[in-house]
Amino acid sequence: MKKENSNRRLSRRTFLRNSMQSAAAVAAGLCLPGVLAGCDTKVVEAFLQKHFLELSPSELNKVLRGLEKENLKKYGTSTVVSAKPAMPGVLFGYGLDLSRCIGCRRCVHACVKENNQSRDPAIQWIRVLEFPKEKGIDFSEANPYYCASGAGQLSDEQRDILAKPESQYPLYQQKETAQGADCKVPRPDHFYVPISCQQCENPPCVKVCPVNATWKEPDGIVVIDYNWCIGCRYCMAACPYGARHFNWAEPKLPAQDVNPDMHYLGNRPRYRGVVEKCTYCIQRTRNGRYPACVEICPVGARKFGNLLDPKSEIRSIMERKRVLILKNDLATKPKFYYFYGL
Amino acid sequence: MTKILVTLSVISGLLLFLASGVLIRADTLEVASEPSPVFEGIQTPAPPLSPDYFPCTTCHEKGKTNNLRRQLTEDHTDIVFDHDAKNRWCLDCHAPLDRDKLHLASGELIDFDQSYRLCGQCHGPTYRDWKVGIHGKRIGMWNGQKNYFLCVHCHDPHSPSIKPIEPFPAPVKPVGKPFLFEARNR
Repeated sequence: MKKENSNRRLSRRTFLRNSMQSAAAVAAGLCLPGVLAGCDTKVVEAFLQKHFLELSPSELNKVLRGLEKENLKKYGTSTVVSAKPAMPGVLFGYGLDLSRCIGCRRCVHACVKENNQSRDPAIQWIRVLEFPKEKGIDFSEANPYYCASGAGQLSDEQRDILAKPESQYPLYQQKETAQGADCKVPRPDHFYVPISCQQCENPPCVKVCPVNATWKEPDGIVVIDYNWCIGCRYCMAACPYGARHFNWAEPKLPAQDVNPDMHYLGNRPRYRGVVEKCTYCIQRTRNGRYPACVEICPVGARKFGNLLDPKSEIRSIMERKRVLILKNDLATKPKFYYFYGL
Repeated sequence: MTKILVTLSVISGLLLFLASGVLIRADTLEVASEPSPVFEGIQTPAPPLSPDYFPCTTCHEKGKTNNLRRQLTEDHTDIVFDHDAKNRWCLDCHAPLDRDKLHLASGELIDFDQSYRLCGQCHGPTYRDWKVGIHGKRIGMWNGQKNYFLCVHCHDPHSPSIKPIEPFPAPVKPVGKPFLFEARNR
């Protein structure tokens, strides 16, 4: 018995030793013929990079400039990657007026454009669900594929609207295209609930991350460090709102569509094998601007502001309107408030 | 002595006024007052006036009008009027003697870029919500300068209900490759 035990221990030790040796050999084979000499230094740096929250200012600066260089090489456009921290005394909240939303999906595509999402395979952070009015909010009746007859590609008119949201007005004089003639929204007897990250105050996705690659910032935004994410997708399983999306393939982002205003924790281009999600347009909101979805919404159903400021729009909504949060029973405490403006 | 009395009464009057203001605030009942201080620092964009028609005084001579309520048959026949049409017509909002202006119930003439005051006469709760940013759309900064949109940017003043519009493309349905066993069975 004892012998067997020692044998087993021995074999385990040998296994460990062998695996260490083989790992070293792999490392040497990849990029250590002379110490780190034959290796692309950027690859080594990215591999050895510390966790975002542990980077010193000078290290962070180096990382950001490195990312900008990478972007320039890959897309041929100069970009600015910032890592602006949260403003003090700010907790972001979002309001969405369910009695106004018409399900036009402009927010979905404005978000894709603003946040440099992969166009192929298409990743969309906002999902607009259509519900039949007679059933109420019953997720088993939800349909995200309504009016799907078109080619799935944006028309030139639609691109113009995304580039210049003010050009949609006056709303009642919009030109009609042949493509949209067969289906217009809102469809009779239906209502629409757009769903994206709910920026929970008690986020289950953060709890399950085995490597702390995702966390809640002081202004309430749940962010991901794409350099730290190992792609295990536990967070996607934990999220009750389906708000997280995985890059199964190398994300494809046409060079002419790159939004050069980037944030390290937000819309910088992602890698294959990492998870991404809505960040309330962190690159905009930390500079005081409204998120892209708020600015595109043609009916003004989307509201955004500081929950700690009693004069903000979102606070006046919470004081005056009927507000609901999704899946209240899960105690995730979303900071995304649906309300009825009527 | 009289001077002191006068100042005292002025002060007490001021206090009363302030107190009533606070009370009104607490009830979120906002009494329509002259150009509200809420609008300071908030821009409204130019109203969406059709260059084919505006300025109206190119055709409608100032100081002249036909007050007779009637169906228009020669001009403006493209306007579909569906805004309490039973009880109202053109000159309830458009100033009869100066067509480049609108007029309030009080008779005050206002420019088209203040048309929200006209709408607010009937749509009080909506006007109140619009002022604090609940109804309608704002762009700009969540913590600073905001640009409002006028009622008439979204609502056709002659037919105000929002009309259905064309949606942007639907998401692509995930179509999986055939499972391994399916491929094997083929």
